[in-house]
Parts: sequence; structure tokens; C-alpha cells
Amino acid sequence: MEEGEVYQKLNGIFMDVFGDDSLELTPELTADDVDGWDSLTHIRLVVTTEKAFGMKFSAAEVGALKNVGELVQLIRSKQ
Amino acid sequence: MSGTLYAGLGWLPKPPADFAAQCRAVEREEGDLGRRLQGLANHALGENQLNQLAKAMARARAAGRSLAPLTPFKLGIISNATSHFLVPTLIATAARHGIALDCVEAEYGQLLQEALAPDSAINRARPDAVLLAIDHRGLPLQQPATGDAEAARATVDAALEQLEAIRGGFRAHGNAVSILQTIARPPESLFGNLDAAIPGTLRNLIDGVNRGIVGKTAASDDLLLDVAALAETVGVANWQDPTLWNMAKLPFAAEFLPLYVEHVCRLVAALRGKSRRCLVMDLDNTLWSGVIGDDGLEGIVIAQGDATGEAHLEVQKTALALRDRGVVLAVSSNNDDAIARSPFQKHPEMLLREDHLAVFQANWRDKATNIVAIAEELSLGLESLVFLDDNPAERAIIRQTIPQVAVPELPSDPALYARTLLASGYFEAITFSSEDRKRAEFYQDNARRVALQKQVADLDAYLASLDMVMTVQPFDETGRARITQLINKSNQFNLTTRRYTEPEVAAAERDPDCLALQIRLADRFGDNGMICVIICRRDGSDWNVDTWLMSCRVLGRKVENAVVQELLALAPHHGITRVIGTYKPTERNGLVRDHYEKLGFRCIDRQEGGATVWELDVATAPRETLPMEIRRLGFEVEAAAD
Repeated sequence: MEEGEVYQKLNGIFMDVFGDDSLELTPELTADDVDGWDSLTHIRLVVTTEKAFGMKFSAAEVGALKNVGELVQLIRSKQ
Repeated sequence: MSGTLYAGLGWLPKPPADFAAQCRAVEREEGDLGRRLQGLANHALGENQLNQLAKAMARARAAGRSLAPLTPFKLGIISNATSHFLVPTLIATAARHGIALDCVEAEYGQLLQEALAPDSAINRARPDAVLLAIDHRGLPLQQPATGDAEAARATVDAALEQLEAIRGGFRAHGNAVSILQTIARPPESLFGNLDAAIPGTLRNLIDGVNRGIVGKTAASDDLLLDVAALAETVGVANWQDPTLWNMAKLPFAAEFLPLYVEHVCRLVAALRGKSRRCLVMDLDNTLWSGVIGDDGLEGIVIAQGDATGEAHLEVQKTALALRDRGVVLAVSSNNDDAIARSPFQKHPEMLLREDHLAVFQANWRDKATNIVAIAEELSLGLESLVFLDDNPAERAIIRQTIPQVAVPELPSDPALYARTLLASGYFEAITFSSEDRKRAEFYQDNARRVALQKQVADLDAYLASLDMVMTVQPFDETGRARITQLINKSNQFNLTTRRYTEPEVAAAERDPDCLALQIRLADRFGDNGMICVIICRRDGSDWNVDTWLMSCRVLGRKVENAVVQELLALAPHHGITRVIGTYKPTERNGLVRDHYEKLGFRCIDRQEGGATVWELDVATAPRETLPMEIRRLGFEVEAAAD
């Protein structure tokens, strides 16, 4: 999948998880930038992403993520 | 398949595509907020959607809106695992069951402390019930006891004592009911197959604790949430997710959250008396395979040894088992009453008999009106009813017109009907007494018929919402076999019951004085296939309707009105000024005795034996717009557009 496609799909996932259709993803976006992005929502995001892309992440992989850009890289590395 | 049934809440309809937007809009809407929320919750919602709905509910509450008519309930939650994520999903799911839920979480890290301290968060809040969401990691089951039967017994007893202390504490401080969970076992085994036989293995310890929990809750008025059974149903290897536990102490895999909270809410609803009590069943293709009016006793299949027959037999067995535990049974079917009762009276393979049914409504009125009459007759509210029907269009109209009735979605394979009905959990019970057993008899199962009052459904709006497309085509080679089949097997909606062989059907196709049409109907639920055959034979400037038959599956959709409009549109192109219809009565076609009268024809002859002849003048007959799109295929002469 092209990087643009991953961002597009991930954008839909973020809108679903946060219930907010005005969210726009950038590579630098972090949990501090989004209202309601706490640790449990983070897990919901991870689980939804896994299901949507058909892949599984380990606790270590998830723990190492610092921003959306790194999530995108992680996804692409497993495709 | 069954993966979607349980984890995916397959008995609930899928949410609309704009669900998130509808949630956001809800707080600005007027009217009963509670009912609107219940309607939104009444879909197969995933964790994200449950959170969206919960946010909408929180915003509404913050704005001071009342959640009436949802029934309030306060639930405390303690857990050895992370439990905060349960709160929004419980609140959203509770709305599905007509409950406005408030959740109170524990403050103290220690479960026992939360229960025993009078000033703990939960005890101060005085909840109606407390959910003890404790799994195998939250009880002292780790003491080595492998192979030591006595140590194993002591370990089990200690775990049970701890649970006793916890629920005793909540009972003492606020008289709260406890919801105790059985424990899901981990799939990991120490010995392999021997785990079951060696005392003190985790498997056996958990078994022992679960037996104790079941026994103690049964002997009290605390409630049992059988998480062990739930985990077994979806597979313990799927239920237990080590990654999620390690990351955030989440007790089970995320995909089962909607299922878990659904089961918690069923218990809460049952506590508030919301369990349903009556199962209303459709007949054709629900209790047997086939259509009794068209196929007759010899044609419907309930037989042992036939795959589809077995599936429907299973539905009957399930209905009987439900009746045995106190659920009242009723029938609502579009059929002639005597014809509909005949399998109950005469078919050797029927398990259900008339005296198992409290009410038996078989007529040609819409099912919503009939179901309302059934509820009134049994002195039950509509929220006490569950309606089982294989036809998605019928299910939709009931959900739309009388949404208080529960209508489980059914898969296309009848083999899963029984399982889906039971998975839907509408008859969840928290007690069972001898009184329950006898309840069915209280309703005097005399399969009575109830007179109908006013029409309930707004049928025009419903028909328009079906997005029907009717395709009209002259007879052709491709359709010939099916046309012949319909001509020979159709009995009820058949005006003249003329039977033709395939060569005769081919002859009608080629005859220039014959207008022979095959008609299909599709709607938003799918393609119903060929549902009407009509043959008109020219006599001068008259068309004699030689054959007109329709499938009973599309009754009440105004298809016959549309067919008349088609004839009126085509008539001028064939120099026809009058359409003449004949009704030839048989034992089976009483349904269409007034067919021509209802369509605005004038009676011109009544014959001995009940046959009638009718005419419609093409020039003066009223033109109607109908709630469907009409498509014409394969015509050489282009008829006038609609």
C-alpha cells in the first residue's frame, strides 16, 4: 500500500475511534494533540488498526510508537 | 459464521452507515431522547460505535436532558483487571435494553477493601448491583497444589471464601446485589490431556471455583454471569489475549467486549423485569421449509433426514423447549387460517401442535396489526414479545412500525435459525420456578384467533422505503421452465388455476394474439425472482385474462395494482379497449375472490359454482402512481413511459 493510502485508511480509523470527523492526520500527531486520546483509547486505536489492516502488533512495537508517522511506518513494514 | 453471531452480535441489525453522525445529532433532537438512544443502541455495534453512542449520552446528560423513558440503574464495578474501558460500552449497551445506566468504579486497589470499607466509592454510591469482574488472576489460585487433592480443595475454598467476603461486604453496606462471574480458563495446559485428571491443575482449580460460584449464587439472590461459558462459546484461546493483558491488564480480547457487556446488561435488564415472555413465530420457511398454501402438506418439508427439514425441526424443538420453561408461543402468518393449521393438525412430522400455541393468527392482514392484537390478547406489552421470521422485509416492517418488539436478524442458512434465536438472549432469565413452567398453560393454549382492530402500520411509507423494482418481460425461452413451474404449482393467488405444459407456454409466447408476461420483483433486501405470471388472450378489442398468478411472498406490496397499470399502458398498442378478468373458485384460492373488485373492475357476470367475470374499461380506468420503479425488458413495441 502507498503511504498516502495508509494515511487515508488510518484517517477513517481515527474518525471511528474518536467519533470526530474533523480529525486530520499528520506524521507528527501525538496523543497530546487529540482530546480523549488516553491510554485506553490508545489501545482501542491499536486494536482497530490491527483489525483493519489484518495484522498484529506486539506490546513492544506498540510501546515504541511516538507519533502517527511511526505508526504508519510500522503498518507498512508489516504489509 | 458463528464467529459473527456471538462476537458480532449477529442477531442485531447492522448499524446505518451514518451512525456516528446520528449519534452526534441526537442531543439536538426533540422528543423522547431515551427511545431514540434505545433505537440507536439496537444494532450490532462494535466497541468504537458503543463509545460514540456513550459520548452522545454523556453530552445529553451534561446538557440536563432526561433519558426517559429508559429505566435508571446504578452499577458498581470492581475488577482485578482494568475496568474503566467497560464503562462507556456498558452505558451504551444498557440503552439497548431500556436502561439508563450509571456506573461507579472502585477507588481502592484491593477488591476486599472496596467491599468492606463503608466509605469506599462503591459503598457510598449505594448501587443497585455490583459487578464482580474478577478473573483467574484476581483470586489466590497460584498456590502450588499440583497433584495434591487436599491442597487443591483448600485453594478452591480460599478463593470462594474471598468471593463470599466481597459480596457479603456489598450486601451489608448497601444491600447491593452482586453479579458474580465464573472464571474463563486459560487455554495453556501443564500436562496436556492429563490436566483434567490431575487435582490442583489450574484447569481443575478453576472448575472447582466455578462450581462453587454457581452453587452459591443459585442459593441466593445474587446473579450469575457465566463468563466461563461465554469464553468457551467463542473459544478460550480467542478470549484470553496475553498481549492485551501485558500491555494494559485488559481481561479479554477486545473483539468480545460488545458481547461481554451485552451479557452484563441482559442481567441488569432481567433484574428490572425486562426479560421477554412470548415468542411469535411466522410459519412458511420458518417452522417448515416451503409455503403451505402453495406446496400443500405433501410439499412442505419438516422431515428427519432432510438437511433443510432438520433445520426447521430444530426451530420447532427450540420453541417447545422455550415453552417448557415458561415462554408463551404464538403464530402470526400470512395464510388462510384453515390451510395454516393443517400441518399442526395433520402433518406427521410436526412437533408443534395447536395446543402448544396460545394465539394463532393466520390471515391476510399485515403482521404488525396482528402482533399488536396478539399482545393485547395475552395482556402483554409489546416489549414482552419476540418475533421470528425468515423474511427480511417482514422483519424490517415490524422493527419500523412496532420497535418495542424484538426481531432477531436471521442468517440466510436455516440451520442457524435455532442457534441465532437462542443467542439473541431475549428470554434471559435470572430465576426459574415451577410457576414459570406452568405459565404457558395459564394462557390456555387453545390457539385462539383474535379479532383485529385498527390497522397499525403506515404501509405507504414502508412500501416506498423498500426501493422496489418490478421488471416486466414477455415470455421467453430463458424464463420458460420457471414460468411453467409457477403455473403448475401456484394455488392460492391464482385466479383461474389453468395448468399448462412447457410446449403450451411456448405456444403462448409465440401467439401474436397473446400478451404473456413474466414479472420479477427486487427490493432493498434482494431479488425475489419471478413473482407473477399473466397471460391475456385477445378477443376482438378485449383482452381476456386467461392466467394471473402471483407469489404470496409479495402480497401487500401493490404488485397487482402495478400489473393493472402495465396492462393499461400496453393496451392501446394492441388495440385493446377492455380487459376482462375471470375468477374460478377452487379449494385453495379463496384469497383472490375479491381480487378484481379491489382493482376497480366491474362485475359483469356471476355464475353457478361461484365463478365471476369482471371488466375494466381501458380509457376510463384510473391511472395510479405506485411505490416502485417499473422496468420493461424485451418488448418490441415501446410502451408509453410512466
